[in-house]
Amino acid sequence: MIQTENVTFSYATTQNFKFPDLECADGETLLITGNSGTGKTTLLHLLGGLLKPTSGTITINEENILKYSNTQLDAFRGKHIGMILQKSFFIEALSVLDNVVLASWIAKGSKATNKALKILSDLGLQDHVHKLPSQLSIGQQQRVNIARALINDPSLILADEPTSSLDDENALIVAQLLSNLAKEYQSSLIVVTHDQRLKEVFNRQITLS
Amino acid sequence: MIGKIAWKNTWFKPLNTFLSIVLLTASVSIISILILLQKQFEEKFSASMDNIDLVLGAKGSPLQLILSSVYQMDAPPGNILYTEAEAWMNKPMVESAVPLAYGDNYLGYKIVGTTDNYLKHFNLNIEQGKVFATDFEVVVGANIAQNLGLKIGDTFFGTHGDAEEGEVHDHHAYKIVGILAHSGKVADQLILSTVASVWHMHDHDHEGHAEEPHVHVEGEIHHPHEGKEITAVLLKLRNNMAKMTWPRIIPQNTEMQAASPALEVNRLFALFGVGIMALKYLAYGIMLISGISIFVALYNTLKERKYEFALLRITGATKMQLLWLVLLESIFLCVIGFILGIIFGRVGLYFISTSSQEEFKLAFDPFEFLWKEEGMLFIATLTVGIIAALIPALKAYSLNISKTLANA
Repeated sequence: MIQTENVTFSYATTQNFKFPDLECADGETLLITGNSGTGKTTLLHLLGGLLKPTSGTITINEENILKYSNTQLDAFRGKHIGMILQKSFFIEALSVLDNVVLASWIAKGSKATNKALKILSDLGLQDHVHKLPSQLSIGQQQRVNIARALINDPSLILADEPTSSLDDENALIVAQLLSNLAKEYQSSLIVVTHDQRLKEVFNRQITLS
Repeated sequence: MIGKIAWKNTWFKPLNTFLSIVLLTASVSIISILILLQKQFEEKFSASMDNIDLVLGAKGSPLQLILSSVYQMDAPPGNILYTEAEAWMNKPMVESAVPLAYGDNYLGYKIVGTTDNYLKHFNLNIEQGKVFATDFEVVVGANIAQNLGLKIGDTFFGTHGDAEEGEVHDHHAYKIVGILAHSGKVADQLILSTVASVWHMHDHDHEGHAEEPHVHVEGEIHHPHEGKEITAVLLKLRNNMAKMTWPRIIPQNTEMQAASPALEVNRLFALFGVGIMALKYLAYGIMLISGISIFVALYNTLKERKYEFALLRITGATKMQLLWLVLLESIFLCVIGFILGIIFGRVGLYFISTSSQEEFKLAFDPFEFLWKEEGMLFIATLTVGIIAALIPALKAYSLNISKTLANA
């Protein structure tokens, strides 16, 4: 569950963003689209607590995340927000499984190895868990990213262009997968994209301009 | 878990890691060898001169006199007249005096004519048999007995001079009457007899070759008819005044000099110390280079790793954890380099010890651990690692994740 009100942000005096209020309930998916330069990624970073807005409120699970200090925000993000990024980033030296387990360790201090294995096999990666991330295909890597975002049962999943590097077929699979997972895990899913293909999958959309 | 990431990262770039570790290992092993060498060398030298205040011997280099008489490491500067030496040996200020007469060797091991005072002076014990008493009876050092398989009752012929390939004195055979217990001192490598044995061996020798021109070799006992000669006398004095004044009085009034082992050995250490310092600086230089290598390796990978750091941050890692991650990688390298360096240092010292034992009758113990010095070395190594990682670690700490991800 996430809500925003009157969120504004400025990088410098010349570049000011005023974002529309948005709301996304548990299990729901919200698509945010817009051309380049309209602040899609900035909004996503604001929602994820990577940036702090100039004004306005961001409420996740009835908690205003702006009252947190940076360190508290790091911890909050780890526990409640799963992020899926445009490019797949990994700790290259760790196996696929360890990369997913790492997210649970950082957020909660304990290693959810069994849960990581379950999510990875739900995503069809059971044969690849002990490989290095660089040994997987791009589509597989994106699924590992999704597994990592899900490991801590986040109440909010933020996806930044999750399908931009995928072909039509995989883009559709991933979009469907994300939407289903959001329902299954009762998370709010916010997808930021300019990918036209996704507009056909998700109904709720906000377009930034 | 941060430790695990750091550990895996360390091995993910094996070449960088290898280079840094090789450099660290080289510098740590050189320094640890030097620390051990210097300490054990000084210990050995100091132990042997414990009971000796002055050494009487022929005029020449005092250091040479000390090295030849106390440590058996050099040829003696010459001989002195026994009668002349005796006058000083019998003075009341002398607590004990040990005459030394060199002349022969057996298979390269020196045969030293002396008295049983030698054993007392160096705290040597007879393991088997008894002390030499009459002509041509000898007591052999533990290492000689072991290396040559000698036992009590065995006899052998000495060779003239201090080289193995010399003229053999085949008129008289030496007879082994005792074997010394192992002491770790030079006596392990010596054959001891009475002074008279050495004289008589050469009296006879001289008769046999009376017409031959005698080549004077340093350290040999020559022309016994002109008066009995010995090589040196180790003195322990009762009187501190004598310790101070004899080194001046003796050369003024006799053909001899009196050298103080403590003084000469300090001089030797000082000479030695310059070399050791130079090598130490070299090793610290290598350590500095390894620090730079760690720095470059970490700094170079920062660019590609900033996404890794951003990723850790979005999964909830704090800035401190990133700082710690980078520092830890460097610390791992340093610890590995240190441990390998200490091990290789020991192996190196073992080989040095083997060859120095053959050449200088000086053995080193590679298994000694100097907690203080090597602890300091460990701290120095860690400091280099931490300093090298500091800038990369701070960069990771202050990484702007939003910007990094937006520009990805």
